[in-house]
Amino acid sequence: MSKVDINKSWNYAAAPESTAHIQLKKKYDLFIGGDFVKPLSKKYFDTVNPANGEQIAKVAEANKQDVDRAVKAARKAFKSWPKLSVKERGKYIFRIARMMQERAREFAVIESLDGGKPIRESRDIDIPLAANHFFYYAGWSDKLEYAFPNRIPKPLGVAGQIIPWNFPLLMAAWKIAPALATGNTVVMKPAETTSLTALKLAELIQDSGLPKGVVNIITGAGETGAAIVKHPDVDKIAFTGSTEVGKLIEKSLAGIEKKTTLELGGKGANIIFEDAAIEQAVEGIVNAIFFNQGHVCCAGSRLFVQASVADVVIEKLKERISTLIIGDPLDKNTDIGAINSTEQLATIEKYIAIGKKEGADIYQPKSQLPKKGNWCPPTLFLNVSQSHTIVQEEIFGPVLTIQTFRTIDEVIEKANNTPFGLSAGVWTERGSKIFKLSQKLKAGVIWANTFNKFDPASPFGGYKESGIGREGGLHGLKPYLKLES
Amino acid sequence: MTLPDLSKTPKIDKVGVHERTNRFCTRSIKTSAKQMGLHLALSMIDLTTLEGRDTSEKVKQLCYKARHLDDSIQGLPNVAAVCVYPTLVGVAKKELIGSDIKVASVATAFPSGQSTLEVKLNDTRYAIAEGADEVDMVISRGKFLQGEYNFVFDEIAAVKQACGKAHLKVILETGELDTLDNVRKASDIAMHSGANFIKTSTGKISPAATMPVVFVMLNAIKDFYKETGIKIGMKPAGGISTAKKSLQYLVMLKETLGDEWMNKDLFRFGASSLANDILMQLKKQETGIYQSLDYFSKD
Amino acid sequence: MSRIDVLKTYKIFIGGKFPRTESGRYFHMKNAKGDLLANMCLSSRKDFRNAVVSARKAQENWANATALNRGQILYRIAEMLESRKSQFIQQLISTGSTKSAAKKEVALSIDRLIYYAGWSDKFQQIFSAVNPVSSSYFNFSILEPTGVVSIIASNENPLLGLISLLAPTIVGGNTCVILASATNPLVAISIAEVLNTSDVHAGVVNILTGDREELLPYFASHKDVNAIIYCGDNLKEIKEVEEITTENLKRVSIYRRKNWEEGESQSPYFIEKSQEIKTIWHPTEV
Repeated sequence: MSKVDINKSWNYAAAPESTAHIQLKKKYDLFIGGDFVKPLSKKYFDTVNPANGEQIAKVAEANKQDVDRAVKAARKAFKSWPKLSVKERGKYIFRIARMMQERAREFAVIESLDGGKPIRESRDIDIPLAANHFFYYAGWSDKLEYAFPNRIPKPLGVAGQIIPWNFPLLMAAWKIAPALATGNTVVMKPAETTSLTALKLAELIQDSGLPKGVVNIITGAGETGAAIVKHPDVDKIAFTGSTEVGKLIEKSLAGIEKKTTLELGGKGANIIFEDAAIEQAVEGIVNAIFFNQGHVCCAGSRLFVQASVADVVIEKLKERISTLIIGDPLDKNTDIGAINSTEQLATIEKYIAIGKKEGADIYQPKSQLPKKGNWCPPTLFLNVSQSHTIVQEEIFGPVLTIQTFRTIDEVIEKANNTPFGLSAGVWTERGSKIFKLSQKLKAGVIWANTFNKFDPASPFGGYKESGIGREGGLHGLKPYLKLES
Repeated sequence: MTLPDLSKTPKIDKVGVHERTNRFCTRSIKTSAKQMGLHLALSMIDLTTLEGRDTSEKVKQLCYKARHLDDSIQGLPNVAAVCVYPTLVGVAKKELIGSDIKVASVATAFPSGQSTLEVKLNDTRYAIAEGADEVDMVISRGKFLQGEYNFVFDEIAAVKQACGKAHLKVILETGELDTLDNVRKASDIAMHSGANFIKTSTGKISPAATMPVVFVMLNAIKDFYKETGIKIGMKPAGGISTAKKSLQYLVMLKETLGDEWMNKDLFRFGASSLANDILMQLKKQETGIYQSLDYFSKD
Repeated sequence: MSRIDVLKTYKIFIGGKFPRTESGRYFHMKNAKGDLLANMCLSSRKDFRNAVVSARKAQENWANATALNRGQILYRIAEMLESRKSQFIQQLISTGSTKSAAKKEVALSIDRLIYYAGWSDKFQQIFSAVNPVSSSYFNFSILEPTGVVSIIASNENPLLGLISLLAPTIVGGNTCVILASATNPLVAISIAEVLNTSDVHAGVVNILTGDREELLPYFASHKDVNAIIYCGDNLKEIKEVEEITTENLKRVSIYRRKNWEEGESQSPYFIEKSQEIKTIWHPTEV
């Protein structure tokens, strides 16, 4: 054994998560009517590991006819699904939750492989939340009569659901679980860069014995999504993605009777007062913008720090981000994984360039970025103001803008001065300040002394251009029901 | 130095602290990092015996163990120190002649600290006279909780003076301090009044050292260093009995204070059974086989 | 020679363990034909006292478990019961149930556990309130578990009746001490075995077998018990319960029903019954 020199600097060795146990096919078809069927389009596209650019599998591309097949299967299943005893309906969904817990590690590894997020996050956050989401909504199936006073809840029919690439399995759970619990059937399209965990979920759904056609998962890109939105036999559209596309969807449905819920972009204000627990607030900043590489609609991407503590906070923040490890998503020590796609990386780099051009001061800790793959180090922009592009537009990456404020009224005004309204954070040890701020901030989710906390029982969604409708909790049932008197 | 302005003591959010320390525990320390970390941890141990029934024989065995952790494993460092009651300092000193292992003594009416200043100073002076290189004192928790911070400050300063050249560790007994805010406050008082090290616990009550408490103390040390340029050491004591835990503490140390603190001059583990667990892990790394305590001497 | 069965000793269930009654007494439990099924423990007031100590000790941690955790534990009890269906069906048949009635009772019991598992993280959402007071305060009312609940289980529906009271009580964070049905106490001890393999914390459920008349006064009077649930229609017993419980103003629930299969035999209101309401005020101006 070689001599160990304890006077050298102690560094973490590679700690790769094992991939030996996961089962991945080379090619995935569409999940329609309870079976995997070949796409009528005859087309497949590659899904790639963003950490090294390598192809993981081929995934079917659904065309309009494939979408039609899926909707037909969902419609057929809808004839019997809501008629099933509500307690038996719930038991199917409980099965899905329990099986996801049993297969948790496989899901986590594939999520990181396909999407780039650190295994620590997919293992400890994404997959447990997804399983718990199914568990939570399973319990509502036979209790809907208690959820809406003086109303009889009825399912809407076939729900078309389009989800993004930042929390692939979790977003699938957020969409499918409440839809099923309320008696609807589903046609879901995962994002084209992250289809694999949705397809594994399809396999799990097969194993659970869920009646065929209740959940249909079809893969594809923007055109597939548009076909779902436009399909005349879809009763409800649920979309999570960019505000831009959300608006296009709403526009295309004008005059058409189709219910929609939208969960769109954000530019969350994270506000640190002088009487905050500063050390924990700094950690909160990190969690707000560097969690999941900043690919979070509710990220705290605009930091507001009270002038009297700005220097201390910024200094501690710089120190803290220098300990963040950027690297292989499958390494258990990685804090910041790969950027999901070359397109997204280009977008982020575009904004960084704009930021510099508009005169903001950039800070990035020295980091060793891997040679292959898509990477972006944690980035701070100081000395910015409300009119900077990087302060106004959503970047969707690990980039934080930092502004200072002097008074409560000032920061409320600045925080609200945006067309977005998804989230906000308030850091202070004074209770009354928390309540005051949370009453005044125009955001659908307000985190006090924490950030980016999610729970199946907690409703999530935005004000203004951040979206319409809520997911999670009792309020998350409403988007999938019509309430009859 | 004088008593710090305690109205400026930073506020601590307990939930946030627990989340941060839980995150340290998700670090995965493998292969070469594990090996080095375990060696490092061993070198930082204050091998401790503080029982009412201690005898010179017990201390002699402990000292032998300190010098011969495991002769079947090559290249092991020595532990940092041996920690005993004042009446056994002489025995320890004699047994450790020729090694670089220090002798630390508890003092000041350890563990309760419920006595007069005179008794505490005599206790300290006696330990020093017997040859102690380091003194681990206890603060007066009752006085602290009553808000008599000047008393606590003065007491530490007096003991520091009695220590002469010996270095002083100040035990806060965090398990009795109730809140993390109090831990921070007590840390600041101790550092300003002359402590060379701040230490969590006597090991006689539960809870002893915990990661949240140590995290708060490490941050106090960091802020003190920024304010004064002085590096204070940290010693978590009690409740760290597994190699895995010790590595989690090293992760926390590295990510809060950095490389400069990663040595026995600025970090110690107050532990008794930790050493054997580390040895078992090292043996397992070498052979690939899970070990049994039957094969390691228990002292 | 045919194989000799190993007869089971039915002990009581206290603090996650199966002790014998400290009194050493027993009573015969016979099947419908009059054959001996088991020597059941005839529990004493001291057993009850010990059970209350266990229940109290376990209550704080149980209440502090997340609602999700409690829900998952109840779901686990359902999983365990499902896997031992045939044993329970047999036991119900042995004390006079028909096969189809026994099958139905077991199936309903499993489904009821799942029903209440699903309420764990939802009942708070329907029974709590944010109250719009006329001053600068944030005011909210939440439910909290009442604490330790003593339960006199239904004599009829020995399995379903037990589950119908146990599940809503513990899902809300309470712990309990249950006196099993006299018609079939075996099933209650078998449930204890199921609980013991379901990650239920030790002491959350304690089950005694014995004489209702002898033990009722203690179930009703013990001052460290916060609420009592009585299932039965003996008017003398009901009066006794309502009188004795005034000693420490226990919350009293009397269910006269004999049948837990029909009517509204499961609802979140059964959970609400063993909850207190706490209202909190906080200023909202800086």
